[in-house]
Amino acid sequence: MNILPKWADAILIPLLSILISFVISGLVILYLGLNPFEALRLMVTGALGSSYGWGYTLFYTTNFIFTGLCAAIAFHARLFNIGGEGQATLGGLGVALVCLAVPWPHWTLALPAAMIGGALFGAAWAFIPAWLQAKRGSHIVITTIMFNYIAAALMVYLLVEILKPEGSMDPASRRFGPGAELPLFSDIFGLVGIPFSSSAPANISFFVALIACLLFWLLVWRTRLGYEIRAYGHSETAADYAGISPVRMIIIAMIVSGALAGCMAINSVMATERLVLNSVEGAGFIGLAVALMGRSHPVGVILAALLFGFLYQGGGELALWANIPRELIILIQGLVILFTGALDNMVRMPLERIFLMIRRPGRQGA
Amino acid sequence: MDFVTLLQVLDTSVRLATPLLFACLAGLVCERAGIFDIGLEGKMLASAFFSAAVAAISGSVWIGLLAGVMASVALAGVHGLASITFRGNQLISGVAINFLASGLTVLIAQDWFGQGGRTPSLSGGARFNEIKLPFADLLSGLPYIGQSYAELFSGHSLLVYVGFLTVPLTWWVIFRTRFGLRLRAAGENPEAVDTAGVNVIRLRYTAIGICGLLCGLAGVYLATGLQAGFVKEMSSGRGFIALAALIFAKWRPWYALFSCLLFGFFQALSFRPDVVKAMTTLDVPGQLLDALPYILTVVILAGFVGKAIPPRAGGEPYVKES
Repeated sequence: MNILPKWADAILIPLLSILISFVISGLVILYLGLNPFEALRLMVTGALGSSYGWGYTLFYTTNFIFTGLCAAIAFHARLFNIGGEGQATLGGLGVALVCLAVPWPHWTLALPAAMIGGALFGAAWAFIPAWLQAKRGSHIVITTIMFNYIAAALMVYLLVEILKPEGSMDPASRRFGPGAELPLFSDIFGLVGIPFSSSAPANISFFVALIACLLFWLLVWRTRLGYEIRAYGHSETAADYAGISPVRMIIIAMIVSGALAGCMAINSVMATERLVLNSVEGAGFIGLAVALMGRSHPVGVILAALLFGFLYQGGGELALWANIPRELIILIQGLVILFTGALDNMVRMPLERIFLMIRRPGRQGA
Repeated sequence: MDFVTLLQVLDTSVRLATPLLFACLAGLVCERAGIFDIGLEGKMLASAFFSAAVAAISGSVWIGLLAGVMASVALAGVHGLASITFRGNQLISGVAINFLASGLTVLIAQDWFGQGGRTPSLSGGARFNEIKLPFADLLSGLPYIGQSYAELFSGHSLLVYVGFLTVPLTWWVIFRTRFGLRLRAAGENPEAVDTAGVNVIRLRYTAIGICGLLCGLAGVYLATGLQAGFVKEMSSGRGFIALAALIFAKWRPWYALFSCLLFGFFQALSFRPDVVKAMTTLDVPGQLLDALPYILTVVILAGFVGKAIPPRAGGEPYVKES
């Protein structure tokens, strides 16, 4: 029985949860000795006040859209993929290997190839935990956490021992060729005469991410497979009874999830033009917050990713101008996950009571 | 490898196993009562910070211990609120707690001490110092037995001994007391516990409280025993290794001791690549040793080394029939 109307469930509850998270964050900022409104002003100016700021905000947003979709597709199958971080790390490896393997003549060729590389590696890293969950019943949350750590160790090994160019001290691969350079926003908007900061890393991947959202929507709500995934997520037994194989659903949902996380690397790795340690920078975990906040819907994911992109860039500015460490974002992220995810009922229960009170007079005659 | 090197490695293993052990037993109590807790890491981190910070300010490690444990218990309370009272998703709540801790500790550390997210170095009474067991010096001349006694058993901080004593204590409470029986029942079949007239909610909150206390001790040991002060992200995945050890031990206290010692041993080995090289004559990359506990956990979870079956009602919020 749904007491709440759809709009309240999809919009009002997330908004209230975010509001609570922000109020608490504001109190923390106040405790740290800064006026929260002043902090907000600094963040808005830094993240949205210039094309440079927007360039960074949208760059981060691109990462978070991919990892948000990664978590979202898993949520639809009622799987908790906490391994987006590791899958995106491996995706970075895939993208880097593709970019390094061939002296690409033009980005139009390099981008699709790198995407396939990233998606394959990300999907492969998600496949193992998925297979173990489906066939051996090992809890996917624990295995994906373990795979995050294994991915991190693997990356250190590869960068230090194998991919690092001779004579370099820096644990990073050599630079990709000029053919793997993606067009930046300044190039794209320059075509139509709009000036955009050329030092900001936002690039064509942003549009790829938007296309991914559209495809995600088509997959989940307009195909048979998407229907099966959602059916499985709602009730495993019902899905099984309807002839939907749980093994198939777990594996497919996780492969799609891992591939989406892997695709993030076209933005984060190709923009830095080489593979560095920790290229993911926690985006895999932010994806969880994004998907929870966005109610696992692409439109919600885009909006939530934009919010986190803003927080990420704004938080960096805050660290620069106000002596508040960047970790503020991690705190906000934690609060958002807590209130939109775990404490959902804390907001929902009182709200349901209010809606019941409003509705009751009209229903008494029935 | 000579005997002294072996003793050194084992000694380091014991030190490194202690925080794992506290956290592992914390997880054990909690999960036995039917609450999954992947927020061990965050609670440990919060406790590490607050114990080090308060010890640095007050100069007393005991006041630090109190502060650390309180911080951990407070976060455990949040987990209880989310997963028991509001019947939220326990995994999501755990993740959130990890982020809260990792963000808050650095923010407050920077605000209080301004040293880039660390506390000042602790010394003297602000730390748990090493305890020399009686006759350690006298016996250290005696080969093998005396040496082991002096190197391996003596010379740890108080919390190491407390950690090892917590194992039989946990075993006794879980398997030999009425409270333990009810706790286990709440994790397997909460309806039955409720039918017997025992309050499941209160039982689970108690379990979460104990979990907070033990995680707190893990963090306190980390910052005031193993190391002398707090640094950013110092728990570095230990909460998850502890979780791995818990599964490896199949939720049993004595096995938890052995699995924590084993994982502590791996961590100790990754500090001594020379020893590994001498032992295996292979050039094993240090990263492989770092990743070994995680790889082992996956193998164990996959059921290749016997199946690990978690408490049956784990992860499910209890809804009383009305």
